[in-house]
Amino acid sequence: MTDAPETRTMNMIQAINSALDIKMGVDPDIVVMGEDVGFFGGVFKATEGLQKKYGKTRVFDTPITECGIIGVAVGMAAYGLRPVPEIQFADYIYPALDQIVSEAARLRYRSAGEFTAPITVRSPFGGGIFGGQTHSQSPEGIFTHVSGIKTVIPSTPYDAKGLLISAIEDNDPVIFFEPKRIYNGPFDGHHDRPVTPWARHPASAVPTGHYRIPLGQAAIVRPGEDVTILTYGTMVHVVAAAVAEKGLDAEIIDLRTLVPLDMATIEASVKKTGRCMVVHEATKTSGFGAELSALVQEHCFHHLEAPVRRVTGWDTPYPHSLEWAYYPGPVRLSLALDKIMQD
Amino acid sequence: MTSEEPRRNLRPLSLHVPEPRFRPGDPVDFADFDRGRAGAVPRPDPDVSPEAIREVAYSLVRVLDDEGQAVGPWNPRLAPERLIGMLRHMALTRAYDDRMYRAQRQGKTSFYMKSTGEEATSVAAAYALDRDDMCFPSYRQQGLLIARDWPLVDMMNQVYSNRGDRLKGRQMPIMYSARAAGFFSISGNLATQYPQAVGWAMASASKGDTRIAAAWCGEGSTAEGDFHSALTFASVYRAPVVLNVINNQWAISSFSGFAGAEATTFAARAIGYGIAGLRVDGNDALAVHAATEWAADRARDGHGPTLIEHFTYRAEGHSTSDDPSKYRSAEERSKWPLGDPIARLKQHLITIGAWDEERQAAMDREVAEEVRAAAKEAEQNGILGEGLHFPFSTMFEDVFEEMPWHLEEQLGEMTEEWKASGR
Repeated sequence: MTDAPETRTMNMIQAINSALDIKMGVDPDIVVMGEDVGFFGGVFKATEGLQKKYGKTRVFDTPITECGIIGVAVGMAAYGLRPVPEIQFADYIYPALDQIVSEAARLRYRSAGEFTAPITVRSPFGGGIFGGQTHSQSPEGIFTHVSGIKTVIPSTPYDAKGLLISAIEDNDPVIFFEPKRIYNGPFDGHHDRPVTPWARHPASAVPTGHYRIPLGQAAIVRPGEDVTILTYGTMVHVVAAAVAEKGLDAEIIDLRTLVPLDMATIEASVKKTGRCMVVHEATKTSGFGAELSALVQEHCFHHLEAPVRRVTGWDTPYPHSLEWAYYPGPVRLSLALDKIMQD
Repeated sequence: MTSEEPRRNLRPLSLHVPEPRFRPGDPVDFADFDRGRAGAVPRPDPDVSPEAIREVAYSLVRVLDDEGQAVGPWNPRLAPERLIGMLRHMALTRAYDDRMYRAQRQGKTSFYMKSTGEEATSVAAAYALDRDDMCFPSYRQQGLLIARDWPLVDMMNQVYSNRGDRLKGRQMPIMYSARAAGFFSISGNLATQYPQAVGWAMASASKGDTRIAAAWCGEGSTAEGDFHSALTFASVYRAPVVLNVINNQWAISSFSGFAGAEATTFAARAIGYGIAGLRVDGNDALAVHAATEWAADRARDGHGPTLIEHFTYRAEGHSTSDDPSKYRSAEERSKWPLGDPIARLKQHLITIGAWDEERQAAMDREVAEEVRAAAKEAEQNGILGEGLHFPFSTMFEDVFEEMPWHLEEQLGEMTEEWKASGR
């Protein structure tokens, strides 16, 4: 008998910090880099204390150039390091697209494995903080479209730590999007109500040591019979609240990793329930929901009793003052759930 | 294979990571900062070849000396009324910032960014440009709008995302757009406006227009690729553009060393591109005016772009989202060796006998009252979060010129959602 691992109550920031700390402690090749991540510990404090503990050559501030940050990370990886760069907001990642898409993602392929890019790009994403169009976007669909990179999105402190450790240990480049709306508590979509802190959620009990959550493995957040809901990130909690308010017996699946996708879990669930709804905050057209919808149709067509339905942010830039009209919140979910059960 | 060959016995390498001189709690001493002597830097003719003025990129153009006298060849010799105008616009900018910062703290909006200590780099530059020259600002150039007498109420409406906001509440506070003021829509992404300013200037030149463009970015943003693309295009096409770098020493928590300041100046970035580079005391409104005027003359006469580094200090936090006492010494502000731009211009005006403390006090009261009255008026149009200031249908407008079917469909869904929400 081994003792249960020691746990501590953590919010998502603390869990991410703990994952970085645990990995840096055992692997001297891990470096953390990005704008304001050093002395300041990051604008969201995810890297707080790491520079003091591991030194300036392993945790360092960078010039403000996202293409530079990722390009340098690719070079460091070519040397043999395992960089964990931070892009301060996902909305700032676009200057780095060439280095991510054309370089990091294809290095293994084009060199037949001679060079690889074991990089984990951490970046806060998503809205709900009045950040307007440059601090709110959910660009995961841009990255899932690219061959050769994995895309991971946690929804709890426990998952954030276990997934980040797996991402860092993975030998392929990983985009690790952190839903910043739930850094401090599981937001249920009711923006006019106070936020519950993580401490009251069971997934805030985070082991202090090393553990992994394998990439490519979804979690069934709530088992159910009526309809399968595929979602990830902040929307896991918004969906759970909407389902509870409706009293529906929905099966909620938190994908956790978008690429590679846990198709087996999705397929088993949809074949059981016969209905499938996809929920994400990102815009609809060519979003990851389109891919999920196509896959479910390909794998489960004869089991479907209703068309696959998508609930998403609108196909507009993220507005500032109309944020909650943009956001796929409780009312949009409730209407969509009614429709899919009537279809 | 190379890895099997024995290595030469060499000294191990080490990685240099910059570190600012002062951190929280550190006593601050700028005694070894060489600010040069006011009036000492020669002023070449604006048609000079860039290579002939390389040393200016490593100097500091200063006009106002410690006694408040305007000295040397860069003295723009402005009429006292014009100087008083600049002083007033700088004071108004500061009062505006103070008021809007407080409004954010009072929960009336989501975000704010002050330009305290950097007012001269916008206001004096605006005075030196023509009113119809096109500005491509970063997010800290509210002084441009104020110097062009843009209504404060209009700016506040944007900050509050209220019914009077011409941008329909779509943008974060301070991301103004004012085409009629020659002020380009502000982006939250960094340095993107730099190549855009060059493109505007190229278009103006290609059409035989007489207007020039000007752009601003922070020293931190000079690391972005867009900055370097802009300088390349500006040089290649001799674009009539004034490219300003506001070196306010801090990019959120990262000091200027992370943008390369340990090795060179930001003005010297011009040299490799074959562009004229000037480095000026950004807290000296006369020096800023003189440098901008020089660069504008150069551009108008067909001699191409100028890169101006304005050496200044960000006296407050990056925005309402950070606490600067967590990453830099609080003493830096008071010990800054180039003083405060408003205090220095005031001292100059008093020195030349065009101003006195009574008029200063009266002006301070006036600008405070102007800002207060504007805020009161703007708040009648509402504040962020209290009520919906724009119909949700406006969210779907302006994505395209004409709304495609899928947005029409989503607007329909949103209408249904609105009804269902019982609002």
